[in-house]
Amino acid sequence: MQNHFELFGLSPAFVLDKQALEKAYREIQSQVHPDRFAHAGDAERRASLQWTTRVNEAYRTLQDPVQRAKHILELHGVDVAFETNTQMPTDFLLRQLELREELEAAMQKKDSALLDALRGTIAGEKILLENQIAEGIDKRKDFAGSAGPVRKLMFLDRLIKEIDSAYEEIE
Amino acid sequence: MALLQIAEPGMSPAPHEHRLAVGIDLGTTNSLVATVRSSVPAVLPDSLGRPLLPSVVRYLADGKVEVGYPAQAKQAVDPKNTIASVKRFMGRGVKDAAHIENSPYDFVDAPGMLQIRTAAGVKSPVEVSAEILKILRERAEISLGGNISGAVITVPAYFDDAQRQATKDAARLAGLNVLRLLNEPTAAAIAYGLENASEGVYAVYDLGGGTFDLSILKLSRGVFEVVATSGDSMLGGDDFDQRVFCWAVEQAKLPPLGPRDMRLLQMKAREAKEYLTFHGEAPLTAKLSSGELVDLSLDTETFCSITQTLVNKTLGPVRKALRDAGLAVEDIKGVVMVGGATRMPQVQRAVAEFFRRDPLNNLDPDKVVALGAAMQANVLAGNKPQGEDWLLLDVIPLSLGVETMGGLAEKIIARNTTIPAAKAQEFTTFKDGQTGMSFHVVQGERELVADCRSLARFELKGIPPMVAGAARVRVTYQVDADGLLHVSAKENSSGVEASVVVKPSYGLADADIERMLRDSFEHANEDVHARALTEYRVDGQRLLEATRSALSQDEKLLGNDERESIRTAMLSLEKLLPGNDHRAIKRAVDALNRATEDFAQRRMDEGVRRALSGKMIGSL
Repeated sequence: MQNHFELFGLSPAFVLDKQALEKAYREIQSQVHPDRFAHAGDAERRASLQWTTRVNEAYRTLQDPVQRAKHILELHGVDVAFETNTQMPTDFLLRQLELREELEAAMQKKDSALLDALRGTIAGEKILLENQIAEGIDKRKDFAGSAGPVRKLMFLDRLIKEIDSAYEEIE
Repeated sequence: MALLQIAEPGMSPAPHEHRLAVGIDLGTTNSLVATVRSSVPAVLPDSLGRPLLPSVVRYLADGKVEVGYPAQAKQAVDPKNTIASVKRFMGRGVKDAAHIENSPYDFVDAPGMLQIRTAAGVKSPVEVSAEILKILRERAEISLGGNISGAVITVPAYFDDAQRQATKDAARLAGLNVLRLLNEPTAAAIAYGLENASEGVYAVYDLGGGTFDLSILKLSRGVFEVVATSGDSMLGGDDFDQRVFCWAVEQAKLPPLGPRDMRLLQMKAREAKEYLTFHGEAPLTAKLSSGELVDLSLDTETFCSITQTLVNKTLGPVRKALRDAGLAVEDIKGVVMVGGATRMPQVQRAVAEFFRRDPLNNLDPDKVVALGAAMQANVLAGNKPQGEDWLLLDVIPLSLGVETMGGLAEKIIARNTTIPAAKAQEFTTFKDGQTGMSFHVVQGERELVADCRSLARFELKGIPPMVAGAARVRVTYQVDADGLLHVSAKENSSGVEASVVVKPSYGLADADIERMLRDSFEHANEDVHARALTEYRVDGQRLLEATRSALSQDEKLLGNDERESIRTAMLSLEKLLPGNDHRAIKRAVDALNRATEDFAQRRMDEGVRRALSGKMIGSL
């Protein structure tokens, strides 16, 4: 499969050198972006579109911690199975229920300060999880064992998204 | 190993003549055209020195068309045939256009986009917009003394696919080669950022005549990166006029008004609004057709209170964009104000209060979008050497999805995704032996399809009969650099491939455009063939030039056979160009495009390799 890290001349790791990624992304875009080929023939414009699309996709994947981790695991033959594997530890699920109840309450009170607080709490928990994933993938090379924490991180991302749409609903 | 040739930075290997390129701001209220001359962007005025062209088009019974000030002057006397704010109707049906009940027009509900019945026949908003663009094109050609090689047309960042497609169609109808559709706030950021050499994160607050956009951009040397965009494509200065209009009707206790009186009072409402920008109180007087005199006075306080909800309505999208960007108010280094409606003091105040800093408005809010568009057009035309140009990274404003079981919308490409972007999703059959699948392409953030915008429906037929769930239909969404969506579907489990490519059909079919082109030629007494010939010649000329330049840079990437076939294709196109057979020219252009396909791919790969090796020479 395609290795998104290689495209940017980076070695695969969960802890990301953001500056190097951004620099490589911009260097490549400055060569292939459709703006460079607005006056070119169809063939070049098509090639430019395909390349830019691919570079954007790779960049987006690497910028997002969940997608980045999933990509590394897949490179090592581990399927995170977001869709099918919904088995999660009981304590984690209970905590999720708790957070969701808080979200419901904040929505009912139409209280954006409560949403802010909840968002902050989850952001904190995300950092802990990301550290755990970095440890598992980069240090211990325990790819199969990292799938669990990655799934957890994805749960938290979804919750953040729900909080964001809650803001829109109460506004 | 052969040594690679690398041109010195800033040196274009194949110098070409300066191409005439313009930026066009096709606004709800006013439109402008601008260009870059001797490195300085400037708005091109009409023969009387007026920079703005009112976006008003009047159709006369004899087929003549008036555009701009003459049309504007007839608004109150000929309201049904004088179309103003047509941008509000672009890509919209009768049921989703705003203020339709207060419009004096005779609407015709057509599939997809509404149309308007005028003395010169039924007109689509695309045709009306094309009339405005034609005037701007002519203005530019006279003023620059030559044919325009390409144009950048701006659209509200929050325009959906149908609205963008309609805008591009209008440009095509006006005979413009569209280099790019550019988002208005992004255009403003280019003009502003280059003028002020700004770096950091900026917000662009763009309240125009009919649309509101809020974009957050990261500006750094040579890169304009849109991080998030949000807005409301049905909110603008017009709505403030409308509030004043309703207030006046209520105060003067007027009965339901006819089209003339309605238009008259709407114009007076706008004048009062504009007057209040510099005065504490505005007179609002109008003599109705019944002879009744409306004589009111509107003070700032009343004006603020009747428009407060509109101002507040702009802050929702501001907050949403900040959340999407993962930023707080403190992260924003400056707020650029764009659009005539941002002149209203209460808007300035509300924005200053929200961002806790004074907004930036050192550039004319009416012109800044056109100036930025002109600067981008100059880059796209290739008039700036590499190194002096910049990279523009924009996003799609609304998620693109597909309808699934139960009328739910499944998102395929999320909003604020950097474009160009593509994503594929697999679908399967629901019943045994099913040989067709129908797809419904939608745009929007809501969960129910009914709440999203319907962009296109298409069917994939000829799937070989299989048991339910065995077929593998891969649907690919591709968004190009103009923010336009192309969808294709393919069944490939059985090795049998069926594929279909749809362009969003909410706008116009190609056949409609052709019919409109023919109609417009009939009126202008232009010859369709002559026009097609000119277009294909320009196309061919451009392609030859591009191919020559590509060969001079990267001929080493070609094998002998390939070089031969490209040379042959070039020669035959060169021979045909001076001739009069536009079809033959078109065929030769297509042939050269095909011959250079692999070459183009390899050149692109080579560019990427060069980009990476330049900075990571040690690791290779």
